[in-house]
Order: sequence, then C-alpha cells, then structure tokens
Amino acid sequence: MVDYAGRGFHLNVCVWPDRVVAAAELLDRNGFALDAVTGMDWIAENEMEVVYDYFHPADSCRVVVRTRVPRSKPEVPTISQVYPGANWHERETHEFFGIVFLGHPNLTPLLLPEDATYHPLRKDFVA
Amino acid sequence: MSLSELLRMLVYVVGVMAFVGLNAAYLVLAERKGAGRFQRRPGPTEVGYAGWLQPVADGVKLLCKQLIVPPGADAALFRLAPLLVMIPAMMSLAVIPFSETLVGRNINVGLVFVFAFGAINVMAVMLSGWASRNKYAIISAARVVSQDVAYEIPMLLVVITMLMATGTMNLHEIVQQQAGWFWHWNLFRLDLNPLMPVTFIIFFTCMLAETNRAPFDMAEAESELVAGAFTEYAGMGFGVFFMAEYANIVVGCAMTTLLFLGGWQSPFGVGSGVIWFLLKMYAVVFTVIWVRWTFPRTQFYNLLNLSWKILIPLSLFTLILTAVMMKVLRA
Amino acid sequence: MSAPEVIPASDKPCETFVLNVGPQHPATHGVLRLKLTMDGEYIMRAEPVCGYIHRMHEKMGENRTWAQFLPNTGRIDYLAAMAYNHAYVAAVERAAKIAVPPRAEYIRVITTELNRISSHLVWFGAFLLDLGGFTPLLYAFDDREQILDMLEAVTGSRLTYCYYRFGGVCNDVDADFIRGCRDFVARLRPRLKMYRTLVTDNIILRKRLEGIGFISQEMCRKYGATGPVIRGSGVAYDVRKIEPYSVYREFDFDIPTFPEGDCMARYLVRMEEMAQSLRIIEQAVDKLPDGPVLSSGVPRVLKPPAGDYCFAVEAARGRFLVRIVSDNKEIPYRVRLRTPCFSNLSLFEEATAGMMLPDALAVLGSLDLVIPDIDR
Repeated sequence: MVDYAGRGFHLNVCVWPDRVVAAAELLDRNGFALDAVTGMDWIAENEMEVVYDYFHPADSCRVVVRTRVPRSKPEVPTISQVYPGANWHERETHEFFGIVFLGHPNLTPLLLPEDATYHPLRKDFVA
Repeated sequence: MSLSELLRMLVYVVGVMAFVGLNAAYLVLAERKGAGRFQRRPGPTEVGYAGWLQPVADGVKLLCKQLIVPPGADAALFRLAPLLVMIPAMMSLAVIPFSETLVGRNINVGLVFVFAFGAINVMAVMLSGWASRNKYAIISAARVVSQDVAYEIPMLLVVITMLMATGTMNLHEIVQQQAGWFWHWNLFRLDLNPLMPVTFIIFFTCMLAETNRAPFDMAEAESELVAGAFTEYAGMGFGVFFMAEYANIVVGCAMTTLLFLGGWQSPFGVGSGVIWFLLKMYAVVFTVIWVRWTFPRTQFYNLLNLSWKILIPLSLFTLILTAVMMKVLRA
Repeated sequence: MSAPEVIPASDKPCETFVLNVGPQHPATHGVLRLKLTMDGEYIMRAEPVCGYIHRMHEKMGENRTWAQFLPNTGRIDYLAAMAYNHAYVAAVERAAKIAVPPRAEYIRVITTELNRISSHLVWFGAFLLDLGGFTPLLYAFDDREQILDMLEAVTGSRLTYCYYRFGGVCNDVDADFIRGCRDFVARLRPRLKMYRTLVTDNIILRKRLEGIGFISQEMCRKYGATGPVIRGSGVAYDVRKIEPYSVYREFDFDIPTFPEGDCMARYLVRMEEMAQSLRIIEQAVDKLPDGPVLSSGVPRVLKPPAGDYCFAVEAARGRFLVRIVSDNKEIPYRVRLRTPCFSNLSLFEEATAGMMLPDALAVLGSLDLVIPDIDR
C-alpha cells in the first residue's frame, strides 16, 4: 500500500517475473482493467523493470505490478492471453526496451519501422 | 431528309450539347454556392464576378491535366467508360420536350427511350470500375450494379403506373394531359390514384439513387472508397464523369417534371412555356442539392433494404391500386 | 435495432483480398493504416498498422528538463492539449510537492473543459464526414472557432496549448474571457439542441449507427478502453469522478453512460458530455476565486525527489496517465505516457471482425482517434 495522494496509485506490488501472469489473472478475476504495460531501464543496477498498470472501472483503486529482470536476459512471460489489450503494450515495450515477452503471438515492432532492430528507450542507446 | 430538317437536327444536337455542358458547369457552381450557403460560408467567390467563372477555371484545369491510364488497366474500356456515361444522358435529352414546340424528336415511345438510355449509366460505371484495376473501384462497381438494379425496379413500376394512368408513352402527350391549373398535374391527380404523392416520392427517391446522388452515393462514398469507380481517373476523364453526373441529374429532374409536375404547363392555366419547365426542373435540381448537403450517407444494406422491402412493395401496391381504380372508375 | 451483419459461418475456404485503407485515406483522419483482409465487402480481419507519425516523445522526455518537456505534451493529442498539459504538470507537482493556488485550479478546469468541448466538436464534424454528411463539420467548426478565439486570447495559441505551469497557469484570465465563457455557454446550449434535431434524430444516421459496432464492457476492460468508449458500453468510468483531481469534486455534473455499446451510444455519450462540460464551465466561472494564479515557491531548477509518480486525467478521449520517474536530477529519468487512443484502437480488430467496410469505418470514427496520440 502506498499513499495515493503522493504517488498516484494505491497498491504497489513487486513480483518475480514468473508470477506476472498469476498476478494478471488475480486482478482479472477481481475485475481490474489493464491500463498500460511499460518498461524501465535501470542501467546502474543492470536490470530491466516491467511495470504493469491496472485500474478498476468501478472503484477508485490503482494497482501497479512491477517485476525486474536482468539486462542480459530480459525475458518475461506475456499476459496477452489474460488481457488481449496487453498485446500492443508488450509489442511497444519490446521494441523500445528489447524486453522479450515469452509466448507473445506477434512480437513485431508496432510504432517503429518494421525492420527496426534498435531499442531507443534503453539508456545505452545512441542514435 | 430535306436540308431544313437536317439543319434543324444539327442545331438541336449543338443545342443539347451546349445545354448539357453549360448545365454541368453551372450546376457544379450552383451546388458549390448552395452548399456554401447551407454551411454558413460564401462558396467560390474569387474567379470572375462573384465566382461566375469558376467552372471555366475548373474546366481549363481539368483539360490541362494528363490523362493517366493506370498500368495493368484495360486501356480501351478505361477510356470508353466516361463516354458511355455522357452519351446516354445527351441522347435522353433529344426526346425531352422543353415546351410545346421545343423538342428534338417527338417520338411515341419517349418514355421508354429515356429509361432505356438511363440504364446504360450502370454499365458505364461498372466498366470504369472494372477497367481501373483498383480494389476500391471494384467494390464500388459491385455496389453500383446492385444498387441500380434494386432501384430500377421500383422506378420502372412507377413509370408503368404513370403509363397506365396517362395511357401514352409519348412525353408530349403526357404533358398535354396536365394542362390547366396545378391540380391537373399528375402529382395531384388523386382520381387516377389516391397515392399519387407517394408515387412521386418513390420516383424521386429512385431518381436520387439512380443518379448516385447523396444520400445514396454508394459508388463514390469518398470516406469509404476514396472516390469509388472514379478513383483512378485523372483530368478530363474524371471531368466527364462529373459532367455526366449533372447531366443525369438534369435528365432525372426533367423526367420528374414531365411525369408529375406538368412539364411546361403553367400552374395557373395561362402563360405556359419553356420558362415554367425550366423553373420546375431547377426547383427539383435544387431539392436534389439540398438533400445532399443535409443528410449523411446511408449504409449499403439499409439502402438495399429500403428498395426491396419498402419501395418495391409500395410501388407494386400503387400499380395495382391504379389498375383497380381504372377498372372501377372507367368501367 | 438491427443486429450487426456477420459473415455466415462457412467451412469452405473463401477467396479473400487485402485492402489497404490508409495511410492516406479520407476515413483515417491522419496517417493510420488499416490492413483489411476482406471477403467481398465483409472484413475478415482488420489489422491497424500504426507508427507513421511516431515521434518518440518518451525519449525526448529523457533528454530535456522537466519544464522543457511541457510543450511536448500539447502535441500528443493536439485536439485536447489542455488535459495533457494538466496531467504532466500535475504529475510533476505531485512529485515536487508544489501546491497550486485555487484560482489556478479553477482556470485549469475551465480551460480543460472548453478544450474538451472543442475536441468533441471536431469529432462530431469529422464523424459525420465519415458518414457522408459534410455540413455538420462546418457548423461544428463555427462553434469551435469561438472557443479557439477565447483560448487564444488567454494562452496565446489556438491548438497546441502550453498554458499550465508547475504551480499554476502562466496568465491570469481577464473579464473578457469570463464574459466569453458565459456567452459561449448561452450560445452552445441551443446549438446542441439543434444538433439533436438536425443530426442526431435523423433516421439515416440512426439506422447507420444503432446496433453497429457493439463493444462489450468486458472488451473495454480487457483492452483498457476508456473515455466515451467505455461509457458508451454502460460503465460510468470517468477519472474526474473515480480519482477526482484538481477541483472537480466541487462541481455538480453527471457522467453520461449509454448501455447499448454501439456506435450510437458512443455518439450520444460525447454529445451529452458537451452539455455536462458546459455545466462545469458555468459553475466554475461562478465560483472562480480571486488570488494568484501561479504558486510563488516553485524553484527555478526543479529536482523532484527520486521515485515514480503517476497522474491520470480524463482527457477528451479517455484516461491519460503520465508516469514520471525521477532520480533527483534536472531531467526526468523516464516519462511514460499512457494515451487513451492507443488502448481504444487496440480493440478495433476484435470489434470489427465480420463487419462490412462502411460499418467498420463508422466504428473507427466512433472511437474518435487522434493518430499522434496513438503513435506519440
């Protein structure tokens, strides 16, 4: 639990990468909607973070689920079978950060050109 | 054929062509001005006095453009299609009586003649769609065929109703029967058929659909099919389609006037003449423009539903009613 | 209400073709491309292809100071720039614990709501244009012109506003603006009634929209669709009510919802929202307190404490979430922009399977997409 007024969300959960699907299923059963999936490059700690935002359509409750993976092997299971809306968000996170979502049906670039092999939001990216 | 007869024909051919050309040009201007007024803006004002030379400028611009035949298209059909739209409209005008005397050829089957030529329009648009080798054009062509077939039927049923009511296919005679005050017009002849106004609305709706005007402009549908069958046309190829659209509107409105609104007959019994014909025709043309800028486009299956489920049964009913009335009243 | 037309199930393979709608097509309003796999006029699969105007705002955010990123936010959804300004400014205020004077909050609400109306008016015109009615566009733009003039006088720009500052707004509003707001409310109310009789109740429009493009509550939830899309499915989800921010708590307004979930419901939601925004503007103008419009204690060089902060607002098209991550430096560590159109469009493929082309384009119009908002 965190202070909503100070941070903008109610519940902050850190999970292991293999538990994100379970977390998504739990939230799905409780009627939460997917807000966004995004990445974060913590280059100092040599880690990548994947952040899942959820909101509830009827209650004032915002949940943030975070997981961290090593930069050398950024792999997280996909939640697109639980939330089909995650499909695009994961594609975007993949192209921007190079985080691989295992089991994703179509992990091709969404916003970048289709032949893009770079990951612009990585902190070590040079144009 | 005597020389004077030949000369008369020649004059008339030139006259019709000028009429169609000027109408097309200035109806475009009228439409743009009218649309402007409907939309709280002035419309074209720059070229010539108050924009009166705008059609000339448009025409010159279109003439200067290259006629592009897309690669892989059927060049012969592609070039033929605009002519096929234009010519039938001009042909129809040959039998349309503008007044007692002003008519190219007063033939006994004038009514059939006009609708026979009107039917070629469909084929021409289909050809242009097919020949363009463009997916949007093909979709548009398919739409045009099903739409025009659907609307040809109630339209012709209405024409048969009118034919039974008037007893002649000669356009001249049809108008002559409507002489006198405006309640002698076919539109108000409730003794022939108490549903005459309904018949008129069916005819007007079908006329809009046949000329591919909004809200039935499925063929162009610019927000769905870019420009439909005309997508690939450039320069005057497109211009001819555009002119043909207006020529067809003129023919359609002229037929509406002849069949229902008493042609050149004055509404007050005296002073009949070409002026009344033109007045009535342009009033109908104005309504067509008005409708276009007021209503959104229909969805395609709603369009077909309207024809097959409402207009055809209704027009069949009026046909039967007219037949019964004739049998009962005249027997 | 007619059921949406669906392809009859057939086990034999049918011949399909691919129709490219866009990136330049009259119905896609910008550079969205739809790859439609069609069977005749029926759509088997509609795959949106985005990214044609991708500008990487999120990377730009990592390369400029907190304040320098502010103009970027007005260029994401250019039709509702105020709400985007608001979300970013408020997120930074939340991080740096900057208090905003009440007058500034009221001005923010008034300008955001004016901007919401102008955005909905553009949608109204453009949507009718998609449906083949050209005239409403010019009527809507006529009304919108007044809003733009008013906002121009206060903010200096007509479209991509950058009016809010950390701790308030950059200019105070004057009496002309207040009078303009009252005049505008008085003007738009009868106009909305006219739109109702002239456009909304037109049988052709109703036939085209009712029962078309059903989007269920469940689909909205799974795809994270928000704004008029989720309210058109009968869920009263509005960030202004559920996570009240700014001074929205103090106003009396309703969240219009329509349970039908079709294009007409989404249409009616937006039309009704304009009326509600008018109510908010009216109340806000009446209650507008005196005082400063910019907090005086804002440091020149902002270094919010480390951590991540979110702020969500109800933009014209739905929930807009800004997540900023600070590492206590002059420039953000990460700016994440969660835009409503992105999520709203992602359900397009599922919502339009088996639909006819014009219906699918009606659905596209009813989602009210602004392409830079998707591509960012």
